[in-house]
Parts: sequence; C-alpha cells; structure tokens
Amino acid sequence: MRWIWIDRFEEFESGRRAVAVKNVTLAEDYLHDHFPGYPVMPASLLIEGMAQTAGILVGEANNFSEKVILAKVKRAVFYSLVTPGQQVRHEATLEQMSGAAAMTSGRIFCGAELVGEVDMVFSHIDQNISGLEFPEENFVFTDEFMALLKTYREQGGARVSL
Amino acid sequence: MPTPSKEEIFGKVRETLVEALSVEEDEVTEDATLTGDLGAESIDFLDIVFRLEKTFGIKIPQEELIPRDILSNPDYVQNKKMNEVGLKALRESMPHADLTAFEADPDIDKISDVFTVRTIVRFVESKLNAA
Repeated sequence: MRWIWIDRFEEFESGRRAVAVKNVTLAEDYLHDHFPGYPVMPASLLIEGMAQTAGILVGEANNFSEKVILAKVKRAVFYSLVTPGQQVRHEATLEQMSGAAAMTSGRIFCGAELVGEVDMVFSHIDQNISGLEFPEENFVFTDEFMALLKTYREQGGARVSL
Repeated sequence: MPTPSKEEIFGKVRETLVEALSVEEDEVTEDATLTGDLGAESIDFLDIVFRLEKTFGIKIPQEELIPRDILSNPDYVQNKKMNEVGLKALRESMPHADLTAFEADPDIDKISDVFTVRTIVRFVESKLNAA
C-alpha cells in the first residue's frame, strides 16, 4: 500500500485554498481490521489526508522550495463516520504563513455533510528554531505527491507550479 | 485604535496559551516559563506566534522573538556558555526579556527559561507600541 491518502485535486488556488478528494474502498486492507465486520475509515487517516492536501497547498505557495512538515494538529473534531463507498472531500485553506511555518484550517465533507474539521501548523523544517539540519534533497514532496498536481493540471485545472 | 492596557494584553496572551498548550488558566501566571512550566515544545512556538499575530494584528518575525543568530554564534557561545559580548547583544536584541537569571548562569540550554509569560506580554506590548 502507498502512503497517499488523497486521490485527486479538484480545486487549487495557489497560496489560498486546495480541495482534494479520496474514494474510500473495501480494497484497502486497513478497513478489514478497523473494524472486522464494521469498516470505518480511521480518523487518523482522515487527518493524514488533510495533512497531504494542506501540505501540498503550503509547499506550492513557495514553489516547493521548503520542506513542509506537519508540526502540530491544532484541532481535530469529527462529527460522523466515513465508510466504504463514500467520497471524502478535504477542503484546506491557508490562513497564515511566515518564513518558518504555515497555519491551515480544514473541513472534511462526505457529499454535503461536514464530517470533520482539522486545523494544522506546518513547519518549514530548514528554518526550525532549534537550528537542526536536514538532508538537502526535498524528501517531503516526492514524485507521488507531485504527480497529483500534474494530473490536476493536465485535466484542465488552474495553473499550478510544479 | 488605543493600545490595550498591560492587563488586557496579559488576558489575551493567557487565552492564547490556554488554547495553544491545553493548560489551565490558573497555570498561566506572569512568571510561568513556556517550556518548563507550561510544557511548550519548539513546535508550539510556531503555533503561539501565529495565534498572537492574529489576536493582536501584529507581525512577529522569528528572529525578533528568538534571536537564533546570537544564540548560535560561536563568537558569543563557547562550551555552551554565553560570554559577556553575547549577553550584551542579547540584551539589545531582546529588550522585552528579563535576562537576570540567565545572566547569572548563561548556560545556553537554559535560554528557554527566559521565555516567561511576562516576556511574551512585554514583547507584544512593544510591538503594539511600535505599530
């Protein structure tokens, strides 16, 4: 299984907002364990999907020159369960950004129903307060993630830089 | 807009820290240190800075709050101790901070104790007065 928890971008406004969808399917192994006979998408993976949506939004705002790492889940609230057959919609908004970090707010929908809200802080880790050093190559934005934006652009989406 | 009083700033800073660090209101005293007493990690500082910027409508460059160029300068810090020249630079760069305890024992690992709630309140106050 690949660690990619969004399938496609539907909207992408550079530096402002991104919307990504994920289709939840019983072909995914974890649903058979969480829980046996009662498959529910774990909230932790919904948070990861939002982190990927919002993280790419933050990264793209600086043309992927920074390594963007999820630093903190400020708030995560869930209102209902997500089950196989549903399509999850992650709507991320870039609220604040500085040289060192970014803050996003996010809402997760299934259809018209709001199923969760997740606000996050991302760190540009090369600018970290502790002065720690990290490898030079950008290990955050791998080809798998960049392919999402490429697909979006090829399907006629708004221009986003790669 | 009139500059809020020190009490108003403290009230809003306290509210910010309660939300950012999930601490109780009565834990946020003026003398409380952010890392030691309130359990903040370096990552929480990013969150706190964003919240303060939003609450007070100010901009907080990271170097103004935490002058890393001074703290990591080998001319100022040797064997994890900050020398007199470094302390002078620190005083000039952080006029909002009470450095008395750090000056007595300038162990670089103890710099986080400088970040008390009072330091944050005074920092915000100086930013609001400068605006």
